[in-house]
Amino acid sequence: MKAYKELFSELDRAALIPFFVIGDPDYDTSLDIVKTAIDAGADVLELGIPFSDPIADGPTIQKADIRALKAGMNVHRALEFIKEIKQYKDIPIGLLLYYNLIYQYGTEKFFADFHAAGVNSILIADMSIDDADEVLAPAQAAGLDTVFMVTPNTEDQRMKLIASKTTGFIYTVSVLGVTGSRESLSDEVEGLVGKLKKLTDVPVCVGFGISKPEHAVAVAKAGADGVIIGSKIVSLIEANLDSKENILSAISQFIKDVKSKLI
Amino acid sequence: MRQKGRFGQYGGFYVPEVLIPALEELEAAFYDHYQDEKFVKELNWFYKHYAGRPTPLYLAKRFSEQVGFNVYLKREDLVHGGAHKLNNTLGQALLAKYMGKSKIIAETGAGQHGLATAMVGALFGMETKIFMGVIDIERQSVNVHKMKLCGAKVISVEGGTGTLKDAINDALRYWTANVTDTFYIFGSTCGPHPYPTVVKHFQSVIGTEAKQQCAEQIGKLPDMIVACVGGGSNALGIFTGFIDDKNVKLIGVEAGGEGVSTGKHAATIVAGKVGILHGAKSYLLQDENGQVLETESVSAGLDYSAVGPEHCQLKDSGRAQYYEAEDEDVLDAFELLSKKEGILPALESSHALAWVMKQKGKLSSDANVIVNLSGRGDKDVSIVEKYRPLMQ
Ligand SMILES: Cc1ncc(COP(=O)(O)O)c(C=O)c1O
Repeated sequence: MKAYKELFSELDRAALIPFFVIGDPDYDTSLDIVKTAIDAGADVLELGIPFSDPIADGPTIQKADIRALKAGMNVHRALEFIKEIKQYKDIPIGLLLYYNLIYQYGTEKFFADFHAAGVNSILIADMSIDDADEVLAPAQAAGLDTVFMVTPNTEDQRMKLIASKTTGFIYTVSVLGVTGSRESLSDEVEGLVGKLKKLTDVPVCVGFGISKPEHAVAVAKAGADGVIIGSKIVSLIEANLDSKENILSAISQFIKDVKSKLI
Repeated sequence: MRQKGRFGQYGGFYVPEVLIPALEELEAAFYDHYQDEKFVKELNWFYKHYAGRPTPLYLAKRFSEQVGFNVYLKREDLVHGGAHKLNNTLGQALLAKYMGKSKIIAETGAGQHGLATAMVGALFGMETKIFMGVIDIERQSVNVHKMKLCGAKVISVEGGTGTLKDAINDALRYWTANVTDTFYIFGSTCGPHPYPTVVKHFQSVIGTEAKQQCAEQIGKLPDMIVACVGGGSNALGIFTGFIDDKNVKLIGVEAGGEGVSTGKHAATIVAGKVGILHGAKSYLLQDENGQVLETESVSAGLDYSAVGPEHCQLKDSGRAQYYEAEDEDVLDAFELLSKKEGILPALESSHALAWVMKQKGKLSSDANVIVNLSGRGDKDVSIVEKYRPLMQ
């Protein structure tokens, strides 16, 4: 398994990190979608396990969660899914989910099992650095990297604290708000990335609201190590639910398009 | 944060990073002001002249005759707006004013907290948005109209099951994007720290009054306090006055819906497992994978899959006991209090009455039981009419 550190230092450009809800719209289609994204040039995958109450997510990802849950996705099947992806290609995977799913599975076992399946890091959407001690030790014991969020309203002192507990990458949230596509890029991103880069050596990836190739390019120019594209990609699934072929070609085309501009 | 916001293993503040500064700001404002003389004086002024406090403690003689012991009602149904909810919204809105916030938002289930928020929005001239599930909007249409009359904007929440938990989800999402100028008035003793503490504090006026009224009217402590538990704010509000009086039994009554064994209920403490929702660790109704379950109850105000963290601690320590009341018994209680006392209780509060009715023959005739009558039942008349049409 390739570590983030290796990957980010090998790349001389920003990594392209698409986000998918595992099992959206169903297990098999989701598997093909993610494989297509890998073939189209994804450098890292950010994968979410669907939850009934995703408070950090806007309507697009909420709907994806509902589709996946209705099609029978759960933590156990997500584990199988990740194993299948890793068999297809040994690509770094960041997992993103809500704390209750981990808690019910059993925190230590969750981390151990998902690490064994090939996951690099786990980001808990509803856990801030303040409660991180509940997961830091089990994460470390399992050999997982930690990822925490920094937002435009995070104070400098707190940024340093967050950086000090992050071993994977800092997930920089580009806007005040939940996930969702946005027409224009927040003008706070550049400053935020610049500040973080001065504060820490930990890789910095940017997500939330990145919807166009130009946004990705701007974020990369600002010095980000990676660009995470979520709602935009999920919306391509939503827009083509009647045709798997169309989903796959839309995803493939979009990822290739962004990638070509990042290089 | 200055504090961890823990009640034993429960509580905490499990929220996305973006909400931390807002919670820190709220926590700081609360601890800076809640004992401050000016703030307390101003809040008490509103409690008295706007809300109509103190509320009576009323010995319901004809209801008592039916059950065979003394039942006193703490008349929160007489608080302006028709429920205890205003105690909390006045406190939080005043806090918002002290913090210089001009916009307030709230979630609501039954519409009582939404209405209480809309009222203080009008009172303080604050722009008000209320998040409410589509299903609840339908079953509590009168409250929706009242909120609008008070100038609030009611935002219909379509996601999930269209009830309280989804309204909280969307209110939290909205707050995430508007943290700088918006104060979120949370409606019960749940959610992330510091809300469970803040809401309990502003509801503790119920217990403080009740204790004094007991001394005046009974000349001693009561034997038992009974309150319904949705998120847990009216219950904690009255429990707090008696928490150190170990001989006073504290009973919380949850929504048993069609029966706990049917799965159609909202009896979180009785039937839930520990989990994390809306920023707090608490008992939670969830499936084996940790997905939060839908709830069912005749009363919209108790329809919530989680419960206040302090109640979970009180349950584990044994200081309070928790039971459920089923819909049919709740409707019986609603009818009995109406018939015997001329008081229409909220369906939420009727859960407490229903449990009390089940104690017939189990308590001695000189036992003194206080029921926190958290709200009035006018809002529920059309629902009761559907379940129990009147024969002419
Ligand atoms: C009259 C009344 N009682 C009780 C409740 C339940 O809330 P809590 O458990 O916070 O008191 C509600 C909630 O809407 C209510 O309207």
